[in-house]
Amino acid sequence: MANPLSQFEIKPLIPIEIAGIDASFTNSSLMMVLTVTAVTAFLTLSMRGRALVPGRWQALAEVTYEFVANMIRDNVGSEGRRYFPFIFSLFMFILFGNLMGMIPFSFTFTSHIIVTFGMAIVVFLGVTLIGFIRHGAKFLGYFVPSGVPVVMMPMLVPIEILSYLSRPVSLAIRLFANMTAGHTMMKVFAAFIIPLGFLGGWAPLAVDVALTGFEFIIAFLQAYVFAVLTCIYLNDAIHLHH
Amino acid sequence: MSEGTSPEPTDDFDARLKNAREGRRPSEAETDGPTTSAQGIGTALRLGTELVAALAVGVGIGHALDIWLETGPWMMIVFFFLGSGAGALNVYRVASGIGLSPGYRRPTVKGNEDEDEDGGKPGNGSSV
Repeated sequence: MANPLSQFEIKPLIPIEIAGIDASFTNSSLMMVLTVTAVTAFLTLSMRGRALVPGRWQALAEVTYEFVANMIRDNVGSEGRRYFPFIFSLFMFILFGNLMGMIPFSFTFTSHIIVTFGMAIVVFLGVTLIGFIRHGAKFLGYFVPSGVPVVMMPMLVPIEILSYLSRPVSLAIRLFANMTAGHTMMKVFAAFIIPLGFLGGWAPLAVDVALTGFEFIIAFLQAYVFAVLTCIYLNDAIHLHH
Repeated sequence: MSEGTSPEPTDDFDARLKNAREGRRPSEAETDGPTTSAQGIGTALRLGTELVAALAVGVGIGHALDIWLETGPWMMIVFFFLGSGAGALNVYRVASGIGLSPGYRRPTVKGNEDEDEDGGKPGNGSSV
Protein backbone atom coordinates (compact mmCIF):
# COMPACT_ATOMS: atom_id res chain seq x y z
CA MET A 1 0.00 0.00 0.00
CA ALA A 2 3.03 2.29 0.26
CA ASN A 3 3.23 2.79 -3.47
CA PRO A 4 1.09 5.84 -4.34
CA LEU A 5 0.45 4.42 -7.80
CA SER A 6 -0.87 1.05 -6.62
CA GLN A 7 -4.36 2.56 -6.40
CA PHE A 8 -4.49 2.68 -10.20
CA GLU A 9 -3.71 -1.00 -10.68
CA ILE A 10 -6.12 -2.97 -12.82
CA LYS A 11 -7.08 -6.20 -11.11
CA PRO A 12 -9.07 -8.80 -13.04
CA LEU A 13 -12.03 -9.94 -10.96
CA ILE A 14 -13.56 -12.43 -13.41
CA PRO A 15 -10.97 -13.60 -15.95
CA ILE A 16 -12.50 -13.80 -19.43
CA GLU A 17 -10.54 -14.54 -22.57
CA ILE A 18 -12.15 -14.30 -26.00
CA ALA A 19 -10.03 -15.47 -28.95
CA GLY A 20 -6.77 -14.69 -27.21
CA ILE A 21 -7.90 -11.20 -26.16
CA ASP A 22 -7.98 -10.52 -22.45
CA ALA A 23 -11.50 -9.24 -21.85
CA SER A 24 -11.60 -9.80 -18.12
CA PHE A 25 -14.13 -8.13 -15.90
CA THR A 26 -11.79 -5.92 -13.86
CA ASN A 27 -12.15 -3.56 -10.94
CA SER A 28 -12.32 -0.80 -13.56
CA SER A 29 -15.25 -2.53 -15.27
CA LEU A 30 -16.92 -3.01 -11.90
CA MET A 31 -16.67 0.70 -11.15
CA MET A 32 -18.08 1.56 -14.58
CA VAL A 33 -21.03 -0.77 -14.03
CA LEU A 34 -21.56 0.73 -10.57
CA THR A 35 -21.36 4.25 -12.04
CA VAL A 36 -23.98 3.52 -14.69
CA THR A 37 -26.16 1.87 -12.04
CA ALA A 38 -25.77 4.85 -9.72
CA VAL A 39 -26.59 7.38 -12.45
CA THR A 40 -29.63 5.38 -13.54
CA ALA A 41 -30.80 4.92 -9.98
CA PHE A 42 -30.26 8.58 -9.15
CA LEU A 43 -32.26 9.82 -12.13
CA THR A 44 -35.08 7.26 -12.09
CA LEU A 45 -35.63 7.06 -8.33
CA SER A 46 -35.44 10.80 -7.76
CA MET A 47 -37.88 11.50 -10.59
CA ARG A 48 -40.31 8.76 -9.59
CA GLY A 49 -42.56 11.14 -7.67
CA ARG A 50 -42.83 13.60 -10.59
CA ALA A 51 -44.04 16.24 -8.15
CA LEU A 52 -44.94 19.70 -9.39
CA VAL A 53 -43.05 21.15 -6.45
CA PRO A 54 -39.89 19.03 -6.41
CA GLY A 55 -38.51 17.45 -3.29
CA ARG A 56 -34.80 17.42 -2.51
CA TRP A 57 -33.84 14.52 -4.76
CA GLN A 58 -36.04 15.62 -7.61
CA ALA A 59 -34.63 19.14 -7.35
CA LEU A 60 -31.13 17.72 -7.58
CA ALA A 61 -31.99 15.70 -10.67
CA GLU A 62 -33.68 18.72 -12.24
CA VAL A 63 -30.68 20.91 -11.46
CA THR A 64 -28.31 18.53 -13.25
CA TYR A 65 -30.68 18.35 -16.21
CA GLU A 66 -31.02 22.12 -16.39
CA PHE A 67 -27.27 22.56 -15.99
CA VAL A 68 -26.46 20.44 -19.03
CA ALA A 69 -29.41 21.83 -20.99
CA ASN A 70 -28.22 25.39 -20.36
CA MET A 71 -24.66 24.43 -21.24
CA ILE A 72 -25.81 23.09 -24.61
CA ARG A 73 -28.07 26.07 -25.26
CA ASP A 74 -25.32 28.58 -24.43
CA ASN A 75 -22.59 26.84 -26.42
CA VAL A 76 -24.39 25.21 -29.32
CA GLY A 77 -27.77 26.90 -29.48
CA SER A 78 -31.16 25.44 -30.22
CA GLU A 79 -29.78 22.98 -32.77
CA GLY A 80 -27.74 21.30 -30.08
CA ARG A 81 -30.83 20.05 -28.28
CA ARG A 82 -30.82 16.91 -30.42
CA TYR A 83 -27.47 15.92 -28.91
CA PHE A 84 -28.58 16.48 -25.33
CA PRO A 85 -28.91 12.77 -24.45
CA PHE A 86 -25.35 12.03 -25.53
CA ILE A 87 -23.78 15.00 -23.75
CA PHE A 88 -25.86 14.44 -20.64
CA SER A 89 -24.85 10.77 -20.49
CA LEU A 90 -21.21 11.69 -21.02
CA PHE A 91 -21.33 14.35 -18.31
CA MET A 92 -23.08 12.12 -15.78
CA PHE A 93 -20.79 9.16 -16.50
CA ILE A 94 -17.62 11.20 -15.98
CA LEU A 95 -19.02 13.11 -13.01
CA PHE A 96 -20.20 10.00 -11.17
CA GLY A 97 -17.03 8.14 -12.10
CA ASN A 98 -14.90 10.94 -10.68
CA LEU A 99 -17.02 11.29 -7.56
CA MET A 100 -17.23 7.56 -6.85
CA GLY A 101 -13.48 7.41 -7.24
CA MET A 102 -13.32 9.69 -4.21
CA ILE A 103 -14.79 6.96 -1.99
CA PRO A 104 -11.89 5.37 -0.07
CA PHE A 105 -10.70 1.99 -1.43
CA SER A 106 -12.68 2.44 -4.64
CA PHE A 107 -11.20 2.84 -8.08
CA THR A 108 -11.19 5.89 -10.38
CA PHE A 109 -11.61 4.62 -13.93
CA THR A 110 -11.19 8.14 -15.34
CA SER A 111 -7.55 7.97 -14.19
CA HIS A 112 -6.80 5.61 -17.08
CA ILE A 113 -5.96 7.32 -20.33
CA ILE A 114 -7.47 4.53 -22.42
CA VAL A 115 -10.86 5.20 -20.85
CA THR A 116 -10.69 8.96 -21.32
CA PHE A 117 -9.22 8.58 -24.80
CA GLY A 118 -11.98 6.15 -25.71
CA MET A 119 -14.60 8.74 -24.79
CA ALA A 120 -12.64 11.55 -26.46
CA ILE A 121 -12.26 9.67 -29.73
CA VAL A 122 -16.00 8.91 -29.80
CA VAL A 123 -16.69 12.63 -29.39
CA PHE A 124 -14.09 13.53 -32.02
CA LEU A 125 -15.30 11.05 -34.64
CA GLY A 126 -18.93 11.88 -33.93
CA VAL A 127 -18.39 15.62 -34.27
CA THR A 128 -16.34 15.18 -37.45
CA LEU A 129 -19.06 12.97 -38.94
CA ILE A 130 -21.75 15.50 -38.01
CA GLY A 131 -19.66 18.21 -39.68
CA PHE A 132 -19.28 16.21 -42.89
CA ILE A 133 -22.93 15.14 -42.95
CA ARG A 134 -24.20 18.69 -42.47
CA HIS A 135 -21.72 20.53 -44.68
CA GLY A 136 -20.29 17.87 -46.98
CA ALA A 137 -16.97 18.78 -48.57
CA LYS A 138 -17.42 22.36 -47.39
CA PHE A 139 -16.37 21.10 -43.97
CA LEU A 140 -12.82 20.84 -45.33
CA GLY A 141 -12.88 24.62 -45.66
CA TYR A 142 -12.71 24.50 -41.89
CA PHE A 143 -8.96 24.00 -42.20
CA VAL A 144 -8.47 27.06 -44.38
CA PRO A 145 -8.34 30.10 -42.12
CA SER A 146 -10.06 33.13 -43.58
CA GLY A 147 -8.28 36.39 -44.29
CA VAL A 148 -4.88 34.82 -44.78
CA PRO A 149 -2.62 35.44 -47.81
CA VAL A 150 -2.25 32.45 -50.13
CA VAL A 151 1.52 32.36 -49.57
CA MET A 152 0.98 31.42 -45.93
CA MET A 153 -1.48 28.61 -46.71
CA PRO A 154 1.01 25.72 -47.07
CA MET A 155 2.16 26.40 -43.53
CA LEU A 156 -1.13 27.34 -41.89
CA VAL A 157 -3.30 24.54 -43.24
CA PRO A 158 -1.15 21.77 -41.67
CA ILE A 159 -1.13 23.74 -38.44
CA GLU A 160 -4.92 23.97 -38.52
CA ILE A 161 -5.19 20.25 -39.22
CA LEU A 162 -2.82 19.44 -36.36
CA SER A 163 -4.75 21.79 -34.12
CA TYR A 164 -7.93 19.90 -35.03
CA LEU A 165 -6.32 16.50 -34.53
CA SER A 166 -5.01 17.54 -31.12
CA ARG A 167 -8.57 17.89 -29.80
CA PRO A 168 -9.20 14.30 -28.70
CA VAL A 169 -5.68 14.06 -27.29
CA SER A 170 -6.05 17.18 -25.20
CA LEU A 171 -9.52 16.08 -24.06
CA ALA A 172 -8.17 12.70 -23.00
CA ILE A 173 -4.96 13.96 -21.39
CA ARG A 174 -6.71 16.68 -19.41
CA LEU A 175 -9.18 14.39 -17.64
CA PHE A 176 -6.69 11.57 -17.14
CA ALA A 177 -3.88 13.82 -15.88
CA ASN A 178 -6.09 15.73 -13.46
CA MET A 179 -7.52 12.61 -11.88
CA THR A 180 -4.21 10.73 -11.73
CA ALA A 181 -2.23 13.69 -10.36
CA GLY A 182 -4.80 14.53 -7.72
CA HIS A 183 -5.18 11.00 -6.42
CA THR A 184 -1.42 10.40 -6.43
CA MET A 185 -0.79 13.61 -4.53
CA MET A 186 -3.37 12.70 -1.90
CA LYS A 187 -1.77 9.31 -1.46
CA VAL A 188 1.75 10.78 -1.20
CA PHE A 189 0.69 13.18 1.55
CA ALA A 190 -1.31 10.47 3.29
CA ALA A 191 1.81 8.29 3.41
CA PHE A 192 3.54 10.99 5.50
CA ILE A 193 0.88 11.23 8.20
CA ILE A 194 1.73 8.17 10.35
CA PRO A 195 5.56 8.23 9.93
CA LEU A 196 5.75 11.87 11.08
CA GLY A 197 4.16 10.91 14.38
CA PHE A 198 1.67 12.66 16.62
CA LEU A 199 3.40 16.05 16.47
CA GLY A 200 4.44 16.28 12.84
CA GLY A 201 1.63 14.29 11.29
CA TRP A 202 -0.91 17.08 11.47
CA ALA A 203 0.66 19.09 8.66
CA PRO A 204 0.24 16.45 5.92
CA LEU A 205 -3.17 15.58 7.37
CA ALA A 206 -4.23 19.22 6.97
CA VAL A 207 -2.90 19.20 3.41
CA ASP A 208 -4.85 16.02 2.69
CA VAL A 209 -8.05 17.53 4.06
CA ALA A 210 -7.58 20.52 1.77
CA LEU A 211 -6.71 18.26 -1.15
CA THR A 212 -9.84 16.19 -0.59
CA GLY A 213 -11.99 19.28 -0.98
CA PHE A 214 -9.93 20.34 -3.96
CA GLU A 215 -10.35 16.91 -5.55
CA PHE A 216 -14.12 17.19 -5.30
CA ILE A 217 -13.94 20.50 -7.16
CA ILE A 218 -11.69 18.89 -9.78
CA ALA A 219 -14.02 15.90 -10.07
CA PHE A 220 -16.90 18.20 -10.93
CA LEU A 221 -14.87 20.66 -12.98
CA GLN A 222 -13.30 18.04 -15.23
CA ALA A 223 -16.68 16.51 -16.00
CA TYR A 224 -17.90 20.02 -16.80
CA VAL A 225 -14.87 20.82 -18.98
CA PHE A 226 -15.22 17.56 -20.91
CA ALA A 227 -18.91 18.23 -21.56
CA VAL A 228 -18.45 21.90 -22.40
CA LEU A 229 -15.64 21.15 -24.86
CA THR A 230 -17.85 18.55 -26.50
CA CYS A 231 -20.43 21.32 -26.87
CA ILE A 232 -17.85 23.72 -28.33
CA TYR A 233 -16.64 21.15 -30.86
CA LEU A 234 -20.24 20.37 -31.75
CA ASN A 235 -20.92 24.07 -32.23
CA ASP A 236 -17.93 24.35 -34.57
CA ALA A 237 -19.20 21.45 -36.63
CA ILE A 238 -22.79 22.71 -36.78
CA HIS A 239 -22.11 26.40 -37.35
CA LEU A 240 -19.21 26.45 -39.76
CA HIS A 241 -17.61 29.87 -39.22
CA HIS A 242 -16.66 31.41 -42.50
CA MET B 1 -62.14 30.81 -28.16
CA SER B 2 -64.09 30.44 -31.43
CA GLU B 3 -65.37 27.24 -33.05
CA GLY B 4 -61.76 26.22 -33.70
CA THR B 5 -61.24 25.61 -37.40
CA SER B 6 -58.21 23.41 -37.85
CA PRO B 7 -55.53 25.92 -39.06
CA GLU B 8 -56.12 28.52 -36.39
CA PRO B 9 -55.24 26.59 -33.23
CA THR B 10 -52.04 25.17 -34.76
CA ASP B 11 -50.95 28.66 -35.81
CA ASP B 12 -51.66 29.87 -32.35
CA PHE B 13 -49.71 26.96 -30.90
CA ASP B 14 -46.74 27.61 -33.20
CA ALA B 15 -46.72 31.27 -32.21
CA ARG B 16 -46.91 30.43 -28.52
CA LEU B 17 -44.19 27.80 -28.89
CA LYS B 18 -41.98 30.34 -30.67
CA ASN B 19 -42.63 32.90 -27.97
CA ALA B 20 -41.86 30.39 -25.26
CA ARG B 21 -38.64 29.33 -26.96
CA GLU B 22 -37.46 32.89 -27.44
CA GLY B 23 -38.54 33.89 -23.97
CA ARG B 24 -36.52 31.10 -22.40
CA ARG B 25 -33.08 32.22 -23.46
CA PRO B 26 -32.51 35.59 -21.77
CA SER B 27 -34.27 34.69 -18.53
CA GLU B 28 -31.95 31.77 -17.89
CA ALA B 29 -28.86 33.52 -19.17
CA GLU B 30 -29.26 35.98 -16.31
CA THR B 31 -28.83 33.35 -13.64
CA ASP B 32 -25.42 32.41 -14.94
CA GLY B 33 -23.23 33.66 -12.11
CA PRO B 34 -21.60 30.45 -10.84
CA THR B 35 -21.28 29.02 -14.32
CA THR B 36 -19.09 31.86 -15.56
CA SER B 37 -16.60 31.48 -12.72
CA ALA B 38 -16.51 27.73 -13.33
CA GLN B 39 -15.91 28.50 -16.98
CA GLY B 40 -12.96 30.68 -15.95
CA ILE B 41 -11.30 27.90 -13.98
CA GLY B 42 -12.12 25.49 -16.78
CA THR B 43 -10.38 27.73 -19.30
CA ALA B 44 -7.33 28.04 -17.06
CA LEU B 45 -7.07 24.27 -16.76
CA ARG B 46 -7.32 23.87 -20.51
CA LEU B 47 -4.35 26.03 -21.43
CA GLY B 48 -1.53 23.69 -20.46
CA THR B 49 -2.93 20.57 -22.04
CA GLU B 50 -3.81 22.34 -25.29
CA LEU B 51 -0.13 23.22 -25.78
CA VAL B 52 1.21 19.78 -24.92
CA ALA B 53 -1.45 17.83 -26.81
CA ALA B 54 -0.84 19.57 -30.14
CA LEU B 55 2.92 19.12 -29.77
CA ALA B 56 2.48 15.43 -28.93
CA VAL B 57 0.17 14.88 -31.90
CA GLY B 58 2.63 16.67 -34.20
CA VAL B 59 5.63 14.67 -33.06
CA GLY B 60 3.60 11.46 -33.14
CA ILE B 61 2.45 12.01 -36.72
CA GLY B 62 5.98 13.00 -37.77
CA HIS B 63 7.44 9.88 -36.18
CA ALA B 64 4.82 7.66 -37.81
CA LEU B 65 5.51 9.24 -41.21
CA ASP B 66 9.25 8.69 -40.68
CA ILE B 67 8.72 5.00 -40.00
CA TRP B 68 6.35 4.67 -42.93
CA LEU B 69 8.34 6.65 -45.53
CA GLU B 70 11.80 5.93 -44.03
CA THR B 71 12.74 9.58 -44.26
CA GLY B 72 15.04 9.66 -41.27
CA PRO B 73 14.30 12.29 -38.68
CA TRP B 74 13.09 14.91 -41.13
CA MET B 75 9.31 14.47 -40.96
CA MET B 76 9.51 14.45 -37.19
CA ILE B 77 11.47 17.70 -37.20
CA VAL B 78 9.02 19.34 -39.58
CA PHE B 79 6.02 18.13 -37.62
CA PHE B 80 7.63 19.14 -34.34
CA PHE B 81 7.57 22.74 -35.48
CA LEU B 82 4.10 22.43 -36.99
CA GLY B 83 2.88 20.85 -33.75
CA SER B 84 4.36 23.58 -31.59
CA GLY B 85 2.76 26.11 -33.93
CA ALA B 86 -0.59 24.39 -33.54
CA GLY B 87 -0.12 24.27 -29.76
CA ALA B 88 0.67 27.96 -29.55
CA LEU B 89 -2.32 28.67 -31.78
CA ASN B 90 -4.59 26.58 -29.53
CA VAL B 91 -3.40 28.42 -26.43
CA TYR B 92 -3.86 31.76 -28.15
CA ARG B 93 -7.39 30.85 -29.14
CA VAL B 94 -8.39 29.58 -25.72
CA ALA B 95 -6.82 32.55 -23.94
CA SER B 96 -8.33 35.17 -26.22
CA GLY B 97 -11.77 33.58 -26.04
CA ILE B 98 -11.97 32.79 -29.75
CA GLY B 99 -12.60 29.16 -28.99
CA LEU B 100 -11.06 26.47 -31.10
CA SER B 101 -12.46 27.35 -34.49
CA PRO B 102 -9.99 28.43 -37.16
CA GLY B 103 -9.58 31.97 -38.30
CA TYR B 104 -8.46 34.91 -36.26
CA ARG B 105 -11.62 36.68 -35.32
CA ARG B 106 -14.21 36.07 -32.67
CA PRO B 107 -16.91 33.71 -33.91
CA THR B 108 -18.92 33.71 -30.69
CA VAL B 109 -21.02 36.76 -31.58
CA LYS B 110 -21.70 35.37 -35.01
CA GLY B 111 -22.69 32.05 -33.48
CA ASN B 112 -25.32 33.73 -31.35
CA GLU B 113 -26.67 35.57 -34.36
CA ASP B 114 -26.94 32.29 -36.25
CA GLU B 115 -28.90 30.90 -33.38
CA ASP B 116 -31.31 33.81 -33.28
CA GLU B 117 -31.80 33.49 -37.01
CA ASP B 118 -32.72 29.86 -36.53
CA GLY B 119 -35.19 30.85 -33.86
CA GLY B 120 -36.61 33.59 -36.08
CA LYS B 121 -37.13 31.55 -39.23
CA PRO B 122 -39.16 28.49 -38.41
CA GLY B 123 -38.07 25.39 -40.26
CA ASN B 124 -34.68 26.77 -41.26
CA GLY B 125 -32.17 24.77 -39.32
CA SER B 126 -34.50 22.87 -37.06
CA SER B 127 -36.17 21.04 -39.95
CA VAL B 128 -33.51 18.32 -40.06
